[in-house]
Amino acid sequence: MTENHKSWLGMALIGFVLAIAPIVVGASLGNAWVRVLDFAALYIMLALGLNIVVGFAGLLDLGYIAFYAVGAYLYALLSSPHFGIHWPFWAVLPLGAMVAGMFGVLLGAPTLRLRGDYLAIVTLGFGEIIRIFLNNLNSPINITNGPKGIARIDPITLFGHPLSKSIDFAGITFTGVMLNYYLFVVLALGIVFVGIRLQDSRIGRAWVAIREDEVAAKACGINTRNIKLLAFAMGATFGGVSGGLFASFQEFVSPESFGLLESIMVLCMVVLGGMGHIPGVILGGLLLTILPEAFRQGAGPIQQAMFGEVLLDPEALRMLLFGMALIAVMLYRPAGLWPESRHRREMAK
Amino acid sequence: MDIFLQQLINGLTLGSIYALVALGYTMVYGILGLINFAHGEVVMIGALSSLTIIRPLADSGLPGPVVVLIGLFFAVLVCMALGFTVERVAYRPLRNAPRLAPLITAIGVSIVLQQLAMLIWGRSYHSVPALLPSGTHEVLGATFTEVQVIIVVVAAVTMMGLVLLVNRTRLGRAMRATAENPAIAGLMGVDANRIISLTFVIGSALAALAGVLVSANYGIAHYNMGFILGLKAFTAAVLGGIGNLAGAMVGGVLLGVIEALGAGYIGDLTGGVLGSHYQDVFAFFVLIGVLIFRPSGLMGEKVSERA
Repeated sequence: MTENHKSWLGMALIGFVLAIAPIVVGASLGNAWVRVLDFAALYIMLALGLNIVVGFAGLLDLGYIAFYAVGAYLYALLSSPHFGIHWPFWAVLPLGAMVAGMFGVLLGAPTLRLRGDYLAIVTLGFGEIIRIFLNNLNSPINITNGPKGIARIDPITLFGHPLSKSIDFAGITFTGVMLNYYLFVVLALGIVFVGIRLQDSRIGRAWVAIREDEVAAKACGINTRNIKLLAFAMGATFGGVSGGLFASFQEFVSPESFGLLESIMVLCMVVLGGMGHIPGVILGGLLLTILPEAFRQGAGPIQQAMFGEVLLDPEALRMLLFGMALIAVMLYRPAGLWPESRHRREMAK
Repeated sequence: MDIFLQQLINGLTLGSIYALVALGYTMVYGILGLINFAHGEVVMIGALSSLTIIRPLADSGLPGPVVVLIGLFFAVLVCMALGFTVERVAYRPLRNAPRLAPLITAIGVSIVLQQLAMLIWGRSYHSVPALLPSGTHEVLGATFTEVQVIIVVVAAVTMMGLVLLVNRTRLGRAMRATAENPAIAGLMGVDANRIISLTFVIGSALAALAGVLVSANYGIAHYNMGFILGLKAFTAAVLGGIGNLAGAMVGGVLLGVIEALGAGYIGDLTGGVLGSHYQDVFAFFVLIGVLIFRPSGLMGEKVSERA
C-alpha cells in the first residue's frame, strides 16, 4: 500500500468515526451528550480561529470571544422575531463572518504596534467593552434587549428542513442535535482544511516568522503590520462564523455567554493542546469540552459517595482545576500536550 | 457645579485606591517586565480575609477603628504570604521563558485564587460592618463622608512611605538597581531573587490595604471584586507610565476622577442615550487611548519596543 493510499484510508476512517459518533453516543449516553459533541465542534472552530492569532502569529488575544459575540448577535438580530427580520442563514453567516472580520481589523489596526503583554490587556478591554455594550444597548433604542438576551432565534434551515426538528432516515431517528452536529462537523472540517492550507502558505510562514522574531521578519521584507492585521481579521472571521452557528443552535443569545471566562477557556484549548499545531488544538478543544462536562456530572455524586455530602461546589472545583492545569502546563509542558515539532524546539530552549 | 465637585470627591476616593493597587503592578513591571495579572485577586483576598477577622470582632466592644486595624494587619499578613508564594510557584521558574508563558500562568493564578476564594467565602456578597467613623460633611453643596477622608489620607501617607522606602533606604536602592539591570546589580552584591520576592511582598501588602479600603468604601465584598479593580489599576499604571512610582499614583487618581466625572456627565453629554452604567467602559477607552497615542504614559520614559 502506498503512502497515498494510507492517508486516504486514514481520512475515510476519521470520516466514518465522525459520522457514526452521534448515533453511538446518542444511543449509549443520551441526547445530552450529543449536545456536548455539538459544543465540542463549535469550540474547536473557535479554538482554530484563535490559533491563527495566538498560535501562528504569536499575538496574545484575550478578547477573542467578542468576535464570537458579534457573529452570534448579528445572527440573532437578522434572524429572529426581535426585529421581525428572518434572513436565511446562508446570507447571515457570511455577513456575520465579514462583520466580525471588520471588528478584528478595527481592534487590530490601532493596537498592533503594542508589545505582546500590552496587546493582551487591550484585547481583554475590548472584549469587556463589547460585552458591556451588549448588556446596555437596550435603551433608549432597544437593539440587543440588554441582559435578557434575544430568544426564539430561527434554527438553520437546510433543504427546507429546520435543523431543530428530528428526521427519520434509514430506520434511525436523527434528532435536531444530531443534524446540527453534522453541519458543525462539516464546517469544522472546512476550517481545519483552511487552517492547514494557510499554515503551509506564504502567509502562514510569514505569521510564524513574526512569532519567532518580528524584527528579523521585517528585515526579510515581510509587511508585518498587514500580515498581523490579516491574522486578526482571519481569526475574527472564524469566531464570527462559530458565533452565528451558536446562536442558531441555542436559539437564544445573552451577554452572559460572552464573558472573559469564555475567552480564557478558548485560550486554554489552544495553549493546552499545543499552540500553532492544528491537531493539538483540536485535541485541546475536545478535552476541554468533554472533561469539564464529565466532571460537572461526576464531581457531585463522587463527593456524595466519598464523604456523604457535596463538600465543594463542583463548578468552582472545575474552574480551580482549569487554573491549575494552565499553570502546570506552562511549568512542565510549555509547548502543550501535542506540540508542533518546530514549536517544541523553540519552547524548550 | 455641585455635581462636578461631588464627582470629583468620589473620583478622588476611588482614585487613591486605584493608585495603591497600581503601585503593585508598576513595581513588579519595573523589575520583571511582567504584568502580574493576579494582583487584582490579591486585593480581593485582602478584603475578604480582613472581613473574616472583622466580622466576629465587630460586636466585641472594641472601638471600630481598632477592629479594622486588626483586620488590616491580618489581611496584610495573608496577602504578603500569598504574594511570596505566587511569585515562587508561578513566576520564578519561568523567568527566562518566552514572554507568553508567565502571562498565561498569571491568568491561571488569577483563576485559581478566584475559585479558592469562592470555595472559602462562598458566592454571596458580604456586607462590611461600618466600623470607621461615617459622619458626613458638606462643602459647597457636595457631601463627603469621613470614610472617604480616611481612605484618601491613609492612601496618601502609605504612598509617601513607599516613595521614601524606594528612594531613601538601602532596600530601595537595591530595588532600583535590580530594575535597572539585574545582572549588574548582582555583581554589586544585590541578591536579585530576594529583591524580587520583597517587591511582590510589598506590592501585596499595598493590595491588602487597598482591599480593606475599597470594601470599607462600598460596604460590600465578594469573590469577584478583584478582577475589574485590578484591570482598572493596571490601566492607571499604564496611564501614568508603567514602571514609574509617581506615575502610578498620578495615573490612579486621574483615572478615578475621569471615571467619576465621566459617569456623572455621560447622560447629559449624550442626551440620555448612554447612562452611568457605562462607567466601566471609560477605563478601557482611556487604556486604549493612552496605548495608541502615548504608550510610555504620562510620566514614563520612552521605552524601546522589546520583542
